[in-house]
Amino acid sequence: MATGQTVPSLEQLLAGAVSEVDAAGDLAALDAVRVRYLGKKGELTTRLKGLSALPAEERPAAGQAINQAKQALQDSLNRRREVLDRAALEARLAGDAVDVTLPGRGPGIGGRHPVSRAMRRIERIFRDAGFGVRSGPEIEDDFHNFTALNIPDDHPARAEHDTFYFPGGKLLRTHTSPVQIRSIVNEGVPIRIIAPGRVYRCDSDQTHTPMFHQVEGLVIDENVSFAHLKAVLHEFVEAFFERKAELRFRPSYFPFTEPSAEVDIRWGEGRWLEILGCGMVHPNVLRHAGVDPEKYTGYAFGIGIERLAMLRYQVNDLRTFFENDLRFLRQFR
Amino acid sequence: MKFPESWLREWVNPSMSTEELAHQLTMLGHEVDAVDAEGAGLDGVVVADVLEVARHPDADRLSVCRIDAGDGNEPIDVVCGAPNVVAGMKAALAVPGVKLPNGVKLRKTKIRGVVSNGMLCSAVELGLGEESDGILELPTDAPVGEPLAKFLQLPDAIIDVNLTPNRGDCFSVLGMAREVAALTGAALKPAGLASPKETSVESVAVALPEPDGCPVFAGQVVSGIDPQARSPLWMVERLRRSGLRAIHPVVDITNYVMLELGQPLHAYDKALLRGTVRPVRAAGGETLDLLDGKSIEATAGTMLVTDDSGPIGLAGIMGGESTAVSPTTTDVFFEAAWWPPEVMAGKARSYGMHTDASLRFERGVDPTGQGRAVARATELLLAIAGGTAGPLNVVQDEGYVPKRGAVELRAARLARLLGVEIDAERVDRILADLGLDATRTADGWSVVPPAYRFDIAIEVDLIEEVARIHGYDSVPEATGTAALPLAAPSSARVGDTAVADLLIARDYQEVITYSFVDPGDDAAVSGATSKLALSNPISTEMAVMRSSLWVGMLQAASGNLSRQQDRVRLFEVGKTFHGTLSAPTEIVRVAGLVAGPAWPEQWGAPSRSADFFDIKSDVVALLESAGAHVRVDVAEGAHPALQPGQSAVVRRDGQDVGFIGKLHPQIARRFDIKPSVYLFEIDLDRALATRTPAAESVSRYPAIRRDIAVLVREEVTAGDLVAALEAAAPGLIRAVRIFDVYQGKGIEAGLKSVAIGLILQETSRTLTDEDADAAQAAAVQKLHEEFAAVLRD
Repeated sequence: MATGQTVPSLEQLLAGAVSEVDAAGDLAALDAVRVRYLGKKGELTTRLKGLSALPAEERPAAGQAINQAKQALQDSLNRRREVLDRAALEARLAGDAVDVTLPGRGPGIGGRHPVSRAMRRIERIFRDAGFGVRSGPEIEDDFHNFTALNIPDDHPARAEHDTFYFPGGKLLRTHTSPVQIRSIVNEGVPIRIIAPGRVYRCDSDQTHTPMFHQVEGLVIDENVSFAHLKAVLHEFVEAFFERKAELRFRPSYFPFTEPSAEVDIRWGEGRWLEILGCGMVHPNVLRHAGVDPEKYTGYAFGIGIERLAMLRYQVNDLRTFFENDLRFLRQFR
Repeated sequence: MKFPESWLREWVNPSMSTEELAHQLTMLGHEVDAVDAEGAGLDGVVVADVLEVARHPDADRLSVCRIDAGDGNEPIDVVCGAPNVVAGMKAALAVPGVKLPNGVKLRKTKIRGVVSNGMLCSAVELGLGEESDGILELPTDAPVGEPLAKFLQLPDAIIDVNLTPNRGDCFSVLGMAREVAALTGAALKPAGLASPKETSVESVAVALPEPDGCPVFAGQVVSGIDPQARSPLWMVERLRRSGLRAIHPVVDITNYVMLELGQPLHAYDKALLRGTVRPVRAAGGETLDLLDGKSIEATAGTMLVTDDSGPIGLAGIMGGESTAVSPTTTDVFFEAAWWPPEVMAGKARSYGMHTDASLRFERGVDPTGQGRAVARATELLLAIAGGTAGPLNVVQDEGYVPKRGAVELRAARLARLLGVEIDAERVDRILADLGLDATRTADGWSVVPPAYRFDIAIEVDLIEEVARIHGYDSVPEATGTAALPLAAPSSARVGDTAVADLLIARDYQEVITYSFVDPGDDAAVSGATSKLALSNPISTEMAVMRSSLWVGMLQAASGNLSRQQDRVRLFEVGKTFHGTLSAPTEIVRVAGLVAGPAWPEQWGAPSRSADFFDIKSDVVALLESAGAHVRVDVAEGAHPALQPGQSAVVRRDGQDVGFIGKLHPQIARRFDIKPSVYLFEIDLDRALATRTPAAESVSRYPAIRRDIAVLVREEVTAGDLVAALEAAAPGLIRAVRIFDVYQGKGIEAGLKSVAIGLILQETSRTLTDEDADAAQAAAVQKLHEEFAAVLRD
């Protein structure tokens, strides 16, 4: 300490030190400030050492003042260090920056076929309602596809089925209804199932493909009524389309149900679109499957999956489902 | 079935619009496919009298006609180009200002110097037909000046109804009218038509030697008709509006009566009949020339109409050529027979035929309506072509005419099946309106249906009738279905949905391809000829059931590659078909196909074509999704569709479950595919049977990894090395990882260097370096013993 100069007060010293701290531009400069004031030979350290030169009664107060100044400076240093640390980290991270708008790397994602997507949706709705899911053979025999369903030989309804036959009498099932018979025989009643799958008709034009998909539904118990059938199908259609739906049950004819109905949904202004067929299981069908029609009643329905898929996904040409053009299919992820 | 609304309303005329009528028919179960408005836009077209016809002074083919339009004004001149215009005829006249249905707006014009003040119209121009060879000829008694629309009962609506096969009784205007009357309560015109006066004794003998095949045969002779007579316009119009063309008055009448009453008729030229008419079963082999010019050879059991000369008609299907009515016919014999549905079932189809008559007989014609139908035909013929009627002769064998028995309907059953109580009075009313003869019983009704209702035989048939007329809309919705115990979710195998989800996540697009394929393609892909060939395929390319999903997928891939899709990754879950026709089997499989770059084009990763190992990892992932302890092996295995050396069999716990490999170039050529294609196909039931997990405790002690590199002959497979290492120190070597395979510089030809990581771990203690050294030495020793492998420096 040079003579002739005024020794700065503790306050002045602290103020100077703090301003040096704030001025320090990096961690090295900051450390230099620390050493200058708080190091072994630092100015505040020296002052503390110089306490012994004071009268004993002044020492406590002076010591306390110096220690407070040291603490204040230390706090200031810490704060500054945090600021500088953060700045240094930020600078380093800035160098690590990537162009986040570049595409991600790796494989892409595939997609589901719209028919299978609709089928899965239908299955889920009925599964949640407690229906079991069953399947059956696609190469069927005449008994299960027709006779057991109350369509004997030469029944006029047979002509409408456009059946694919194999030599010897086996055939490709024309509907999923044979699964009704197989399931009742296998499992007995009461029963509550759906059976989705491929079906075949010898017909190919703008609105028909020789292969398509259906979901069969079957519920048999002691007091199942047409009123139940109406409710289940209404709830299903609303669940499938996720909106309120107006349905129209129209009398129709299927040999394996009676009363039978075709169900139309109101689509747009005043248009009715047929979406499924249904009815109360015919007593002859129950008898063929070994069930007493006096004791049990039941309902059955058959839903064309392509039709529902077309409506839900706004597909206007049935045939596109089986062309497997990726430009079409990729829209149904 | 198509019919004009005006005809229906002649029989029953409820006060409702066309639209409402169509809606009601639909809601009765007779779905209306279409309602076509006919004869709209005929305002200003009138019945006109052609007074004179003169040749146009400057055109040979044109005439100048003096026309009385019936408006009280002077006759007008109209130029006409039709060949059939003659003085004295009545025709349809359109005057300037009228816009015709075909869009033509008439103006007063000069045609080759002669002013034409209107136009005489053809049926086509009036929207009343698809073809015409001249102007529309109106009956000579048509009232001149009357609007044409009014005269022709236009506008009219053509109602096209899609009849269900159980309702043969609705195949007529009368049948539809009965339904409308039942629903609306509107009065039905009585169907009992007056029998015409019999003024001659002419008849044809009829015998029914096989009454089970033909129990009713009504006939009547009309003699001395005018061969020049033509069908009246009203009949031609009704036939046309019902979809039939007028041909000859006698034929038109049979068609007309069929459409009206539902009873098909046949007319013979009586002069060509020989002796007694007898419906009999064919012995087989009889030949018969039919009206449409075709010849058939009868199969045994087919009902034939015969006379003493032999077969003269294919019963209920089509008449024979030898006794057909012709333009010179003067004596006609009408036939209305009743052929039982069970006798007719499938018959027409067995001859490759399908006629209006056969359709009705198969579905069931009223067995009591034959006499009425013949009488109606006779009445019409006398009115149109004159002549005299012989006696109406209804020959029948009562014992074979079906009798409708009483059907019981229980009120409780009705309520239980429909889920709604319907008042007994309402049911009474419905049954009565349907023409069913019902009497109350202790627990419901006893109902005798009329003869024409073939569809009512058991109780549920009546329940349907009540529901139909009561209205399905009137049945409330009731929630609550069968209360069933909860079933355990099926855990037999990984579900189709999970399989699809996994492959979709691995960048595969699902496709659905046809189950039937080209036999040659199927044989090329599977190496065997399918025994499951359809009798009636839609085309030769869709003739056998697929034995592999690959056929359809290769077609799909080929199509997409040709449409500039360079990266094709497809999968399908579906059945393949095997075995023989007597014992076919169906296997659910999943197949995948990959062509093109492994990843979509992207920055920061070099483009690389997908190869065997990409698709292998997908297959292994699929199998491993079935359970942690599933052991998957992929071993060399030949497949006819796969390239040797890049073809492998997939094994699950030692059982073959499928194939992976690279498409054989010959198959690729067959499907016109250029890029390399990799395929897999596995049987889902066998490959993806699920295992319920059983947890093992996790070792608390650290693992040690030791890496070795060995030189082995190049034909030693990685699989062999791994299997040997796993057996070298069981319980200690936890995993074997091949992390490099190298051949080339520094390695002697015929050898390869394989770098292997050994993961060592004990469950009961911490391994020491000595333990690891020992295990490593044992591993090297094992490889040396089995494969003469040497440790690489």
